[in-house]
Amino acid sequence: MRRLLWPLVILALLLLVNVVFTPNFLSIQMRDGHLYGSLIDILRFGAPLMLVSLGMTLVIATGGIDLSVGSVVAISGALACLQISQDAGVAWAVALALGLSVLLGAWNGFLVATVGIQPIIATLILMVAGRGLAQLITDGQIITIVNPAYKLIGGGYLLAVPFGILLVLAVLAVTAFLVRRLALGLLIEAVGGNAEASRLAGVRSKGIIIVVYAFAALCAGLAGLMISSNVSSADGNNAGLWIELDAILAVVIGGTSLLGGRFSLGGTILGALIIQTLTTTIYSIGVPPETTLLFKALVVTVVCLIQSPAFRAKVLGRRRRPPAPGPVPGEKVRVSA
Amino acid sequence: MSIATLPKATAATLTNPRYVPVLVTFGLFLAMFVAGGLRYEGFFSGQIILNAFIDNAFLLVVAVGMTFVILTGGIDLSVGSVVALSTMIAASLMAGPGWPPYVVVPLVLLIGATLGAVMGFIIHVFEIQPFIVTLAGMFLARGLCYTIGTDSIKIDDPTFTAFAQTQIDLFAGLWISPSVLIALAVVAVGAYVLHYTRLGRSVYAVGGSEQSALLMGLSVGRTKIAVYTISGFCSALGGVLLSFYMLSGYGLHAVGMELDAIAAVVIGGTLLTGGSGLLIGTVLGVLVLHLIQTIISFEGTLSSWWTKIFIGLLLFVFILLQRVFSMRRPRRSP
Repeated sequence: MRRLLWPLVILALLLLVNVVFTPNFLSIQMRDGHLYGSLIDILRFGAPLMLVSLGMTLVIATGGIDLSVGSVVAISGALACLQISQDAGVAWAVALALGLSVLLGAWNGFLVATVGIQPIIATLILMVAGRGLAQLITDGQIITIVNPAYKLIGGGYLLAVPFGILLVLAVLAVTAFLVRRLALGLLIEAVGGNAEASRLAGVRSKGIIIVVYAFAALCAGLAGLMISSNVSSADGNNAGLWIELDAILAVVIGGTSLLGGRFSLGGTILGALIIQTLTTTIYSIGVPPETTLLFKALVVTVVCLIQSPAFRAKVLGRRRRPPAPGPVPGEKVRVSA
Repeated sequence: MSIATLPKATAATLTNPRYVPVLVTFGLFLAMFVAGGLRYEGFFSGQIILNAFIDNAFLLVVAVGMTFVILTGGIDLSVGSVVALSTMIAASLMAGPGWPPYVVVPLVLLIGATLGAVMGFIIHVFEIQPFIVTLAGMFLARGLCYTIGTDSIKIDDPTFTAFAQTQIDLFAGLWISPSVLIALAVVAVGAYVLHYTRLGRSVYAVGGSEQSALLMGLSVGRTKIAVYTISGFCSALGGVLLSFYMLSGYGLHAVGMELDAIAAVVIGGTLLTGGSGLLIGTVLGVLVLHLIQTIISFEGTLSSWWTKIFIGLLLFVFILLQRVFSMRRPRRSP
């Protein structure tokens, strides 16, 4: 998998930096029957981002983009916490929140596929209005809840492993099965390659687009439950703020083209891990956390440049060429031009 | 496409698809203003409209830059962060080493324009999507803010505060701030550039179809780099106006302003695919956004989050409208 090479190298470099600064970084211990360690923390805190990024990958594979996932995170957490604070059952609250998320995603898909609005704009509507909706649900307050069953989703452990990690693995396994073992992945890539051509070839591209957006919202809804359960509260204003940008970054770092037509689930998971590791690294090597954004900007730029064919041709290609033939530089330029 | 200015062409103007979206926005603005005036006491005054300009002079300037970018079919997510960075640089240079404003302001504008130019350069030369490049720019500028300082820095330079507190009296007790004049000047210059210069023609041409613009021999690359430079410059100027308004520099200023700017441009009738739109529409878009906030604050019982829901609804309606128009007018697919 050449495509995964660069993300892997960067992740390895980040981990190496951590090992240099904190020697016991890679150690994983059992404490009170739970797994502890920096690596586990990266996986645990990165779980919501990984989920959102998985959904985003499929959306981007169809040539779309979903800006509304952050708002869906907030809405889903707000609705679940509101239900639980009104003494509803946890299962009912979770089902309701996920149901609403799927509905919101289907609405995005409807705008994109049936009405024909550009994805970035169609989802911008829900991104703006969704924050308002989330605050409407919580009535502008931060809802705090105490519920051990709900706490399991984001903060609990199952068989010594944080439940969030298991949830991500389950979603990843189901998604990988659906898109790589069944024809769905092929159809998604076909729609992303050329929606009109695939429609003429008999693919129900509209249906697929709606399903993909609904799936992205479902992932976001699940991530919303995780985030709100981890802190036992719902904040309509700040939950999942800017997670859509991180998710898009994770997808792009993972080698999925924003133009659609091809995608890599493994790459996305790597991308999300890189972002989470970067955050952890900045804390562990003692750089002021305010500068996280600077490093993020740097990583994004480097990864995107490395993956850009134009950049490779113009910069890397030119650098490799000079040592080979040609005694006079001026002459060589004329020949190659 | 000639600009219809003759009186006999008025009827044609009203039905010209180029002007319909702007007229719809204008109609909405009038309707909201009249409805507000009928419903609330003290709403029906010229100062309400002037306040829209006073409170949103910075947004207006930023939205002008955004209009240029969107007209070429691009997008600039970095504007809010560049605004914050500009307030931060201006405030820290004046508070720390005590540099005079006439050195600081040109420097800030230069930094903004350079940032924009670099982003435009990367977008064009390395063919990376504007969305990702300006996202990186957004992180970079916001990160630089926090590197300068995490606290709010007060601006107490006498020239700066004097300029910020100046009121320019108009007739009948109405007044505006000098920032409004700057913002209106930016709109005027922007409109001139768009409609009467070669750059403006290229902007519309690139947005209409990049391929055709290239085949026509227009310098697509220079145009694209130029619009991002303009947007960077406008963001920096918006930052200077915001520091007049706030009299402070802070890394958390203007969070999410890119969304407001994009919303204003869309509500103003500019096609997001590029190639069609007018600056006057963007001005109306900013006014409509402000009227929504004003009405909600006059209503009193509605909470602030209704603003977001209403803006979302308006966006939906206008995007639907754009869709209907672009379907009626067959466009070549890109």
